[in-house]
Amino acid sequence: MSDQHTRPKTRWHIAVFLAPAVLVYTAVMVYPLFNTLRLSLFTEIDQERVYVGLQNFKTLFNESVWSTQFWNALGNNFWFFIIHMLVQNPIGIALAAILSHPKLRFASFYRSAIFIPTILSFVIVGFAWKLILSPIWGIAPGMLDAIGLKSLYAPWLGKEAYALTTLSLVSVWQFVGIPMMLIYAALLSIPDEILEAAEVEGITGLSAFWKIKLPLILPSIGIISILTFVANFNAFDLIYAAQGALAGPDFSTDILGTFMYRTFFGFQLQLGDPHMGSTIASAMFAIILVGVCLYLFGIQSRMRRYQF
Amino acid sequence: MKKSHLIGAMLASTFIAGAAAAQDVTLTIESWRNDDLAIWQDKIIPAFEAEHPGIKLNFTPSAPAEYNAVLNSKLDAGSAGDIITCRPFDASLALYEAGHLADISDLEGMANFSPVAKSGWSTDDASVQFCVPMASVIHGFIYNKDAFAELGIEEPTTEAEFFAALDTIKEDGSYIPMAMGTNDQWEAATMGYNNIGPNYWKGEDGRLALLAGDQKLTDEAWVAPYRQLAKWGDYLGDGYEAQTYPDSQNIFTLGRAAIYPTGSWEISGFNGLADFEMGAFYPPVQNAGDTCYISDHTDIGIGMNAATPNKEAAQTFLNWVGSSEFAMIFANALPGFFPLSSAPVTLEDPLAQEFISWRGECESTIRSTYQVLSRGTPNLENETWNASVAVIKGEESPEDAGKRLQEGLASWYEPQK
Repeated sequence: MSDQHTRPKTRWHIAVFLAPAVLVYTAVMVYPLFNTLRLSLFTEIDQERVYVGLQNFKTLFNESVWSTQFWNALGNNFWFFIIHMLVQNPIGIALAAILSHPKLRFASFYRSAIFIPTILSFVIVGFAWKLILSPIWGIAPGMLDAIGLKSLYAPWLGKEAYALTTLSLVSVWQFVGIPMMLIYAALLSIPDEILEAAEVEGITGLSAFWKIKLPLILPSIGIISILTFVANFNAFDLIYAAQGALAGPDFSTDILGTFMYRTFFGFQLQLGDPHMGSTIASAMFAIILVGVCLYLFGIQSRMRRYQF
Repeated sequence: MKKSHLIGAMLASTFIAGAAAAQDVTLTIESWRNDDLAIWQDKIIPAFEAEHPGIKLNFTPSAPAEYNAVLNSKLDAGSAGDIITCRPFDASLALYEAGHLADISDLEGMANFSPVAKSGWSTDDASVQFCVPMASVIHGFIYNKDAFAELGIEEPTTEAEFFAALDTIKEDGSYIPMAMGTNDQWEAATMGYNNIGPNYWKGEDGRLALLAGDQKLTDEAWVAPYRQLAKWGDYLGDGYEAQTYPDSQNIFTLGRAAIYPTGSWEISGFNGLADFEMGAFYPPVQNAGDTCYISDHTDIGIGMNAATPNKEAAQTFLNWVGSSEFAMIFANALPGFFPLSSAPVTLEDPLAQEFISWRGECESTIRSTYQVLSRGTPNLENETWNASVAVIKGEESPEDAGKRLQEGLASWYEPQK
């Protein structure tokens, strides 16, 4: 009160409180990101780092040795994303709708059980599913045999036609808890008065879900979609844990993450090439950036919001 | 147990390095063989130090997967040890070219090694040698002796006998004929293509001709191994497409499969796991009486940090590594990793003995893709993995595989253009 008339003091505490986060974030995220972008403009000739401008990108997109692998990885990545959008998110929403039903018993048990895989490490998930699906030790062939459907079994992870879809579904199994939780929270935040008012008007059960709840949780679904997009295009761990860096069989599970890893760090006799690796990483960054921007400016800003 | 050993060793080495520096020279050895720590400490180091008073050794391994990165950063920072364990071919060649590995071509001990043994650690023109060859692994087939006796099968020596044996096992049905999967890919190339291939391309003759550009991967000698691999698919277990390397190891050591295409590095592990008697045979030749060729692949070498202050001591040590005394200790401590020196070595493990005896019967060569040919993009080694798998699964014909690999190689390798 006393210094109301004096010049406002520099509010140092803001800088001080921001500093740790800003410093840590800069050191581990911002700096590496820009350094990666910078590295992609260089190449190594005779132990010397040489500036080559956009040459690496030209190589990546124009030379068939690189471009076939890149487009293959990008295509696989889109398939990986589509499976998540078509399977993970609808199931997540359905689970949330069921869980939020007031008459469901043991709801919190189901909620935890479905969410637990999310906190498991990729290595454990990859290893466990590899064992489950293994033609030799796995329980999948035995279980199918028990219900007389042995003929449906195939060594899925070893078949080009199925491997990527199988791994996508494993990833869906692992992460279905996230959309479920977010939607669940959104559903709980819908005020009871609205639902009661609808009930008075005769809208109950499924039609209440389609006509009232779904429009109200659309913003959350949007957020989930974009989170799925970013996570899928950054994915690497599960494929690496299950199929290795060569993303077999015949690169049918190769996604941008594994392609970048193989190029950057090298693999077996292939020596690492940090510059081409950074080029791929930059391309990934650009793809994700474009995707997020399209969403933010194309969808998010037009979405209708309801205030309660 | 192992961990406390390791920590103890690290602590001890720090103290030793500090205390002994005054009078003795201490050589620090960089290595990725942390599995071998006990062997170095209990056998190799005492043997060397007893003979060479005044030189102390300090073995400081790191994890295999991290070794290249750790070593590179240590070398760049100038804190790497005096002695450096060398990966074969390009990884070490890059270190030599960057000036980190010393030229040791003039070392006396080098005389004990054949050109094939030295090829893993010399410049492309073989004029400069930068690591002493230390160990190799030999490819072949390990089989279940009990299963063979039960079915009345003899060790096959020709291809016809080999497939006859596989047919017999398959018909009988109590064993999976061959334990191999294609999930991890490298088995198909390393234990498949490069195991049986040398018989077709005549070992070093073919390999060097390919390097020189006189032969192509579309030639019969290079396509024929794929033709044999294409037949393997029928003899692998159900769902081999998703079978991994550890799966194959387990299937064989549990006695569920009769034949296991492999390399000698499995010996020490398998000895502890399998409760049946194991035998081994080299890749069967095409016609009875043909010369046999084996892949005797250079795997571990040892060289000197160019920046070491203890040059003389390091040279003494490297000379000793080239001696038959070292070869003897090393080979018996680690059956399956064979010394590369021409000095005669007696081995105690019968299976290892069998493997090393092939050196006398057959001609040695190394894996065809390792020297020079996997330097460009596309990487020939990775492509060979891929092609071997595709051929076994019947997704690509042997001829198409050869053609694809040749096109890839010709796109960057001058002599093949």
